[in-house]
Amino acid sequence: MAAPHPGDTAPDPTTTPTGDDTTARPHGVAKPRRLFDREILGPAVVEAFRKLHPKVQVRNPVMFVVLVGTVVTLVEAVAHPSVFTWSITVWLALTVLFANFAEAVAEGRGKAQAETLRRMRSETTARRLTGSGDEERVPAAELVRGDLVVCEAGDLVPSDGEIVEGIASVDESAITGESAPVIRESGGDRSAVTGGTRVLSDRIVVRITAERGQTFLDRMISLVEGADRQKTPNEVALTILLAALTLVFLPVVVALRPFGTFSGASVSVTVLVALLVCLIPTTIGALLSAIGIAGMDRLVQRNVLALSGRAVEAAGDVQTLLLDKTGTITLGNRMASTFAPVPGVDEAALAEAAQLASLADETPEGRSIVVLAKERFDLRERALGEDHVFVPFSATTRMSGLDVDGRQIRKGAAEAVRRWVLEQGGDVPDGLDELVDGFARAGSTPLVVADGPKVLGVIELKDVVKQGIRERFDQLRAVGIRTVMITGDNPLTAAAIAQEAGVDDYLAEATPETKMELIKAEQAGGKLVAMTGDGTNDAPALAQADVGVAMNSGTTAAKEAGNMVDLDSNPTKLIDIVEVGKQLLITRGALTTFSIANDVAKYFAIIPALFVSTYPQLGALNIMKLHSPQSAVLSAVIFNALVIVALIPLALRGVRFRPSSASAILRRNVLVYGVGGIIVPFVFIKLIDLVLTGTGVF
Amino acid sequence: MGYFWTIVVLVAVLALAWRFLGSYLAAVYEGRVTYLRFVERPLYRLLAVDPEAEQSWTRYAGALLVFSAVALLLSYLLIRIQGSLPFNPQHLGAVPPALSWNTAVSFVTNTNWQNYAGESTMSYFSQMAVLEVQQFVSAAVGIAVAVALIRGFARRGSSTIGNFWLDLVRGVLYVLVPIAFLAGVVFVGQGAVQTLGGPAVVHNALDGATQTIARGPAGFMEAIKQLGTNGGGFFNANGAHPFENPTGLTNLLSIALLLCIPVALTYTFGKLAGSVRQGVAVLAAMTIIFGAWLGVASFAESQPNPAVTATHAVAQPQGNMVGKEARFGPLSSSLYNVASTQTSTGSIDSANDSYTPMGGFALLTGMMLGEVTPGGVGSGLYTILLFAIITVFIGGLMIGRTPEYLGKKIQAREVKLAAFAVLVMPLVVLVLTAVATSVHAGRAGPLNAGPHGFSEILYAFTSQANNNGSAFAGLSGNTAFYNVTGGLAMLFGRFAIIVPTLALAGTLAAKEAVPAGLGTFRTDTPLFTGLLIGIIIIVGGLTFFPAVALGPIVEQLSHGRLF
Repeated sequence: MAAPHPGDTAPDPTTTPTGDDTTARPHGVAKPRRLFDREILGPAVVEAFRKLHPKVQVRNPVMFVVLVGTVVTLVEAVAHPSVFTWSITVWLALTVLFANFAEAVAEGRGKAQAETLRRMRSETTARRLTGSGDEERVPAAELVRGDLVVCEAGDLVPSDGEIVEGIASVDESAITGESAPVIRESGGDRSAVTGGTRVLSDRIVVRITAERGQTFLDRMISLVEGADRQKTPNEVALTILLAALTLVFLPVVVALRPFGTFSGASVSVTVLVALLVCLIPTTIGALLSAIGIAGMDRLVQRNVLALSGRAVEAAGDVQTLLLDKTGTITLGNRMASTFAPVPGVDEAALAEAAQLASLADETPEGRSIVVLAKERFDLRERALGEDHVFVPFSATTRMSGLDVDGRQIRKGAAEAVRRWVLEQGGDVPDGLDELVDGFARAGSTPLVVADGPKVLGVIELKDVVKQGIRERFDQLRAVGIRTVMITGDNPLTAAAIAQEAGVDDYLAEATPETKMELIKAEQAGGKLVAMTGDGTNDAPALAQADVGVAMNSGTTAAKEAGNMVDLDSNPTKLIDIVEVGKQLLITRGALTTFSIANDVAKYFAIIPALFVSTYPQLGALNIMKLHSPQSAVLSAVIFNALVIVALIPLALRGVRFRPSSASAILRRNVLVYGVGGIIVPFVFIKLIDLVLTGTGVF
Repeated sequence: MGYFWTIVVLVAVLALAWRFLGSYLAAVYEGRVTYLRFVERPLYRLLAVDPEAEQSWTRYAGALLVFSAVALLLSYLLIRIQGSLPFNPQHLGAVPPALSWNTAVSFVTNTNWQNYAGESTMSYFSQMAVLEVQQFVSAAVGIAVAVALIRGFARRGSSTIGNFWLDLVRGVLYVLVPIAFLAGVVFVGQGAVQTLGGPAVVHNALDGATQTIARGPAGFMEAIKQLGTNGGGFFNANGAHPFENPTGLTNLLSIALLLCIPVALTYTFGKLAGSVRQGVAVLAAMTIIFGAWLGVASFAESQPNPAVTATHAVAQPQGNMVGKEARFGPLSSSLYNVASTQTSTGSIDSANDSYTPMGGFALLTGMMLGEVTPGGVGSGLYTILLFAIITVFIGGLMIGRTPEYLGKKIQAREVKLAAFAVLVMPLVVLVLTAVATSVHAGRAGPLNAGPHGFSEILYAFTSQANNNGSAFAGLSGNTAFYNVTGGLAMLFGRFAIIVPTLALAGTLAAKEAVPAGLGTFRTDTPLFTGLLIGIIIIVGGLTFFPAVALGPIVEQLSHGRLF
C-alpha cells in the first residue's frame, strides 16, 4: 500500500466504504429471504405443535390462559357435544397454534442462518508450534488458549486468535460475505483473525485466544439461533402489563356467571371462555416473542451481530451518537481540492505536473489528484511512454512521483520535497512556507509538487464529507438524537468539518481518555450513548457506552468490549442500528394498542349474544347485526385467531419507522393502530359472521 | 341564579383555587409555610417525631398504615362505647359491631359510606370526636400520598420521599382546618345547624302533634365533609337536608369545596414535579371527562323519568323531579351529584336511586373510572398519575423509546406497581358483586328486582371500593353481610392502592432523570391528554362494560319498564 503523503496512517481496505452503502443489498451470513420462505414454513408448522408443551406455554401468561381455556372447552365439548362447542374448541386451539407458529417462523429464520454457518465450520487440522519450535498437527478442537499455530497460504484459520508474527491477506467472506481479501498483520489494530477464515497469502503465526465452543463463529451461531435469548427489560415490562390485563379479565368474565344467574340468564362456560380469550390481549401476547426475535434477525440481515437483545433495545433509546470522523462522516481518504502554485508559476502548469506525478499512483489520494486536474483544466489521462519510471512512496523518502521524458516530478511532504529540491540544486521559493502552513492550519494536508529542482506549488488534500450524511443527521435530530463527531484533528479543522457535515457537536484532538470522559459526562446527564470503535484503545469506551458497536475488522479486545459487532465494519451502520431498536419498540407498542382496541368490537359482538335471551332489549347493542348469538361468539373467536396470522408479517418486518418527531410518530400510530384497531374488527367480525351464516349451521 | 351562571361562578372559583391554593399547597408541603409553628412543634414532640428526618417509602408506608390502623381501632372502640361517653343528649346506645366495623373503616378510608342514619345512631361525641376527626386526618393522609408521589417525580437519586407525620400534620393544620373553619362559618351563617343542645321538640298547637326534630353540630362538619371529599353527613338525608345544606349559596359552596383541593393539586403537581403545563395536561383530562359525564347526567335528568311517563300519571315539565329537592331542581342536583361521585365525596343532594337510567349510569360509571376526575383529595391525583404511567408506557413504546414520565424511566417495576394499583379497584368491585349476587345474604339486599336491583348492588361496591361513599339507596346495606364485605371493599380500595403508589414514589425518587429531547414523548400536550382520557375510559370500559350492560344499560333500553 502506498501512502503518498505524510502524517496519515495506512488506509485499510476494509474501512474505505465508498459512499453510503448501508442500503446495499444485505450479504454475508444473512441470506436474504422472503418473509415466508418454504424452507422455514415447513419446520415451523411442526414446531408450532411441539411448542404446545405446557412448560413452553407457561412462559407466556397470555397464551397459557388460552391453552387452559381450550382444555376447558374441550372437556365441555366432549361432555356436551355440539357443532358450536367443537367449533369454539378448535378455533381456540388454533389460536394457540398460530401463536406458536409465529414464534417458530421468527426462530426459523435464525435457525436457517445458523445452519449455513455450521456448514462453514468444517473440522480443520491445526499446525501447532511446540515449545522447541517444531510443528505438530493436531485437530483444531484440541487447541487451547495461548497455543501458537502456523497458517500459510491456503490454510483455514483453526480458531480465533491474534497474529503474533507475520502479515497475510485473509479471505473473511465466510463471516462477512465480503469477497475482497483483507490484510492482517501482527501488532496494531489489524492483528485479529477469526476461526473459519482462509489465509490467501504469506505465513502468519497466530496465538489462539478462544477455546473451542467459544469462538466468534460459535457465538454467532448461538446468537442467530436465539438459543439463549433472554427477555429484554422492555419486554419484561410489557409482559407484566399484559399479564395484569389478562388477570383483570379473569374476574370480569368469571363474575358474569353469577351476574347472569342473578339476572335470570344461564351463561355457558364455553361462551365465557370464548369471551375471556377474546378480551385478553392475545394478539400482542402471541406475537411478542416473534417481534423480539425478528428484531435481532433484522440486525443480522444488516450484518450486525447484537450480543444481547438488551443492546438492541438500548439502541432505540440512544440520545447521543459518537461517530468517528474518518470513515463515518468523511470518506476514508482525503481528496485533492486545490492547486496552489507558488508565485511565478501558472496554476495549469502545477496541475499538469501534479497529474503526471499521480498517474501511476493508485491510492485514492492519487486518483483524486488526477480527477481534480481533469475537472479544473480538462487534463485528460495520458498514456505514458515506455521510458517512464514510477517512483513509489516509501517511508524514508516520503515522496512519490514519476521520471518521464527527462523530467523528475515528485510530490510529497513539504519537508521531504524541500530536502529533495535542495539536493537537486534548486531553491525553495518564497511563499511556499506560507502556503503549506495555511493549509495545515485549516486541517488539510499540503502536498508539495516539484519538477526537478523547481518547486511548482502545493496540492491541498481535504477531508470530503460523505454524500447524504447531512440528511441522515437531520433525520436523527428529528427523532431527538444528538450526533457528536470524534476526531483527532485540531479544533479548527474539526469545527469546519462539523459545520459541513451538520453534526451537533464535535470532540477535537480526541484521545481514548477524552472520548471516555465525554461518554461518562453524557451518561451522567442521563443520556444513553452509542459509539463505534475498532482499536484496542477504544475498548474501554466501547464497554462504557450503552451501545458499543465494534468493527469486525477491529481487534479482539474491541470486539469483546462492545455489545454489537458489525461484520461489514461500516461505522455508518450505527444509524441503522438505532432505527432497528426503535422499530422494535414501536412494533410492540402498536400491536399492544391494536390488541386492546380490538376488545371494543368483541364486546359488542359477545355481550348482546350472552344476554339477549334474558334481556331482548340488549339486542340493541348488537350493532353489527350479527346473525345469531352462536355465530356472533364464534365470529369473534375466529377473528381473534386469524388476526394473529394476519399480523405475523408485520411482527416480523416491524412497523414502518420514518424518522420524525415523537409527536408525529405517536399521532400516526395512535391513528393507525388505536383507531384502526377499534374499526377493523367490526368489519371483519361482520364478514366472518356472513360466511358462517352462509354455511347454514349457525 | 341560572344553571349557566352557576357553572361560570364555579369555574371562576376553581380557577382561582387551582392557581392560588395550588401554589399554597406546594409551599405547605415544601415546608415554607410556618405560621403555625407553635402548634406544629409540640405536636411533633407528642408524636415523638423528628421533623428533620426523612423517610424511605417503606417507612413512610409503614407510618401511614400504623396511623390508619390505630385510627381504625380507636374509631371502632369509641363508637362501640358511645353510650358511656359525654355529649350524648339522645342517650344513644352502642353501635352494633358489624356496623361499627363498616363505619370505622368507612371514615378512616375517606369513604364515608354510611350504613346508618347519623341523627339516630351517632352521639354528638361520635360525630365530632370520631367521625369528624377522621374526616380531617383521612383527607390529610390522601394528600400526603399524592405529595409523596409528586416528590418521587421531582427528586433525583433520592432514597426518601418525605416524612409522613410532617405531611399529615401540615395538611391538617395549614390546609384543612383553616379552610374548613372559614367555610363552616358561612354554612352556619346561611342557616346550617350548629348546636350541642340536643333535638328540638316542636309542639304543633293546631293538630296537637309533637314533632322531635334532630339537631346537632352539623354546620362545621358540613365544611370538612365537602372539603376533604369525605361525604359523610351529619344527617341521613345528607346534602338534601336543609340543616346541612340550607341555601343555594351553600349548595354552590359545597360543590366548590369538594372540587377545590383535587383541582388545586394538579397545579401543585406541575409546580413541584416539572412544569405547570404537566399539571394542566392532567387537569384537562379530568375536566373533559367530568364535563362529558356532567353533560350526560344533566341531559338525562332534564328528561322526563321514563318510569313516571309509563304510568301516564303526571306531566313532567321540569324533567325528572323524582327524588330531587324542589329548591335545586334537576340541573343543579345533577351538578352536585356528579361532582360528588367524581370526587369520591359521595354526599348527595338528590336521590341517586331515582335518577333516570342514564343519569344513574353517569353517576355509577363516573366512579368506575377510578375516581380520577378529579377524584378525592390526594387520591384523585395519585390515581390519575398511575393511569398516566400506563399511558406513558404504551405511548412511549409507540414512539420507539423506553418510556419516561417527567424524566423518570418507566420500566418493569413501575409498570408492575401502576398496573396492580389501577386494577385493584375493578377486581374488588367485580369479585364482591359476584359474591353478593350469588349468596342469599347478598341477594336479600336490593329493594328492586332485575337490572335495577343489580345496579343497586353494583353501585354499593363500586362506591365503597372507590372510597366514594355515595349510596344508590334501595339497598339494605346495614346487614352483617354488606357491613363486612363493604368494609373489605373500602380497605382494599384505599390501602391496596396507597401502598403500591408509595412504592412507586420510592422507586421513582431513586431514579435519575433523563433530559427531555425531541425524541421524548411529551406529556404536556393535548395529544397526551387525549391518550390519557382514552386509557382511563378503556380500562374502565373494558372492566365494567358487561356489568354495566346488565344494570343501567338494560334499564335504559327498557324505556321505563319495571322489573
